[in-house]
Amino acid sequence: MEVGFYITAGVTIISTLLVITRHNPVHALLYLIISLLSLAIIFFLLGAPFAALLEVIIYAGAIMVLFIFVVMLLNLGQQTAQQEKAWLKGKVWIGPAILSTILFGQLFYLLPVAQMQAEMPAVDAKVVAISLFKHYVIGVEMAAMLLMAGVVGAAHIGQHKKVVLHRFLREGEEQL
Amino acid sequence: MNSLIPIDMVILLAAILFVMGIAGVVIRKNIIFMLLSVEIMLNASALAFIAAGAKWGQPEGQVMFIFILVMAAAEVSIGLALILQIYHQHKSLDIDILKEMKG
Repeated sequence: MEVGFYITAGVTIISTLLVITRHNPVHALLYLIISLLSLAIIFFLLGAPFAALLEVIIYAGAIMVLFIFVVMLLNLGQQTAQQEKAWLKGKVWIGPAILSTILFGQLFYLLPVAQMQAEMPAVDAKVVAISLFKHYVIGVEMAAMLLMAGVVGAAHIGQHKKVVLHRFLREGEEQL
Repeated sequence: MNSLIPIDMVILLAAILFVMGIAGVVIRKNIIFMLLSVEIMLNASALAFIAAGAKWGQPEGQVMFIFILVMAAAEVSIGLALILQIYHQHKSLDIDILKEMKG
């Protein structure tokens, strides 16, 4: 299983290096999703299956969808059509496909191993939940308040205010 | 608990990821890429917490991971709302153009 860890670590490092060097935001997001998936496999190998689950569902699922929505909202223009044409070429997908094929093969290798070593002393979700809601319940409530503040703050920041200017000041503001 | 994977290598991987995140924040000029690099740094710290929790067999590492996840979700929502507002007002995400706060 140590070899699996080194392979996954290599995939993580390569995909993260590609994240910070891409020019197109969507390509960077693809590689970041690969990086998050390989980090989830590392969490699983370290004996934290619940954290691996949360990494895939929340990080690679929800947060990356937020990023993709914003990239989608920002790229409205004429160059979008050419970009779509460039995305369909398939050359873009070779790198993520290779890296995720490595992860997929590792998944096929790891599933029988995990069933075989069911007595592996992993910190499972039950222990985490007991610790979370018994010792750290004040932290859970503060996290809930933080999420509430995040929702309210995003709704407040994201609204578009209509800028009202006097007609004498209105010459140079046609970009608003 | 896990003697199969050496803890040094996991911490080294977390350090490499964190340095990559810092490099991404420094070298990129687009705010979206800087936010992505901040995400990479948060993931690196989460990996360090998980590794420490797995080393001692305690659930506190995953508890801290959940808190980091919550903080990342709130930070991403606020940051993306700010990015949308900046793009709406300045029509650009280049930090060389957005220098009205330069001292």
